[in-house]
Amino acid sequence: MPLVEITDIHKSFGKVEVLKNVSLTVEKGEIVAVIGRSGSGKSTLLRCINGLERVQSGRIVVDGMEVTSPATNINALRERVGMVFQSYNLFPHLTVERNVTLALKKVRRMNSEAARDVARAMVAKVGLADKLGAYPDELSGGQQQRVAIARSLAMQPTMMLFDEITSALDPELVGEVLKVLEQLAREGMTMMLVTHEMNFAKNVADRVVFMHQGNVHEDGPARDTLIEPRTPELRSFLSAVLH
Amino acid sequence: MIRELGPNDIVYLLEAARWTVALAVIAMVAGGVLGLVVAVLRIVSFKPANWIAIGYINIVQGTPLLGQLFIFFFGLPLFGIQVGAWEAAALALSINASAFFGEIWRGSLQSVSPRQWEAGAALGLSYWQRLTSVILPQAVRISIAPTVGYLMQLVKDTSLTALIGFIELTRASQILSAATFKPLQVYGLAAIAYFVICFSLSRLSEQLEKRTHAAR
Repeated sequence: MPLVEITDIHKSFGKVEVLKNVSLTVEKGEIVAVIGRSGSGKSTLLRCINGLERVQSGRIVVDGMEVTSPATNINALRERVGMVFQSYNLFPHLTVERNVTLALKKVRRMNSEAARDVARAMVAKVGLADKLGAYPDELSGGQQQRVAIARSLAMQPTMMLFDEITSALDPELVGEVLKVLEQLAREGMTMMLVTHEMNFAKNVADRVVFMHQGNVHEDGPARDTLIEPRTPELRSFLSAVLH
Repeated sequence: MIRELGPNDIVYLLEAARWTVALAVIAMVAGGVLGLVVAVLRIVSFKPANWIAIGYINIVQGTPLLGQLFIFFFGLPLFGIQVGAWEAAALALSINASAFFGEIWRGSLQSVSPRQWEAGAALGLSYWQRLTSVILPQAVRISIAPTVGYLMQLVKDTSLTALIGFIELTRASQILSAATFKPLQVYGLAAIAYFVICFSLSRLSEQLEKRTHAAR
């Protein structure tokens, strides 16, 4: 059974149709890069998966939980689906350590000591062991984004969603964040990432999903799809981003 | 009989100033609790609650405090509820404060980026946990300056209760000035007393802002 099963979802904001009958499945351990022009619906698709956006019709099942059912405890689902945003969204009033421990203590009901141990391990994993006591505004964008990843990983999610997480970063800081993602990929984490990093998608992702005008326009093995796109739309998109 | 302004009169003024402070503190506490309710009713996603809060705020902010004082002082007895100047003053000021606090705090809560709500949601925090652990601490820092600003206003507004005969700093000054016929000195002293109270508040605000900033 696939980890994520999206069937015929439809989403509009007012009169704007952002997703039109999108269907997609993601297997456990798969790394799916979602690409497309801005406004093609790729971020919205990701946000529907953990229920940050509600769909008008269709069905999304993640890890056996039906996201689109009103009976589902959406907070319980979000514990299992980590998400990292373009703008990091760290809690500015908390230190790095407390950013990570907050949900562990509040949601997982861990005691302070156990939560702190997890936070230390996760922050060390993203290479920031010396920044545990720092506040977000004392860190660079790349460091903040790595903390955001650690914060999400601390909840031991079944899968991770990454929404353009390197788009707000200075070019020289992109590498350090991608390195963390590569490490996660090696560990077998299921990931869906909206990205503009085509090289990363080609080398790390298993699959590429090309969104175009609210539809999945092309879907296939990452390398093949990016090297030999089948549709003219993907070809023109790729030539626009690569040159 | 006109008499001289003596040390006893200064003590009298200071004692009356206690009532000014007491009234301000009561309005701050009662108005604060009620104001929090107003702020929450204003932001929850339940339209009737929003309407009630908006209506309440508009009525209270759109009518003069003096009118509200008169309504409670002269109006409640018409319904068989006997109130003294003290109760009417405390009631009117608390209600007035609640509308202003409600608006200040609503603004502070809403000025925290919606992305902070989302980040909390993405971690599985419940609405209440997001509000109390993520949004409120950030909103409090934003709200300190306008809250204390309004508190100073409130301290000065207590002088209006002199008009329903409540003996606080201003009413005491009127009495004293009539007895000594030294209005300039008496009201000068009263002004200094108001200034000392308000200045202490503004220093407190600075301290609080510094402290919450150090802790982000």
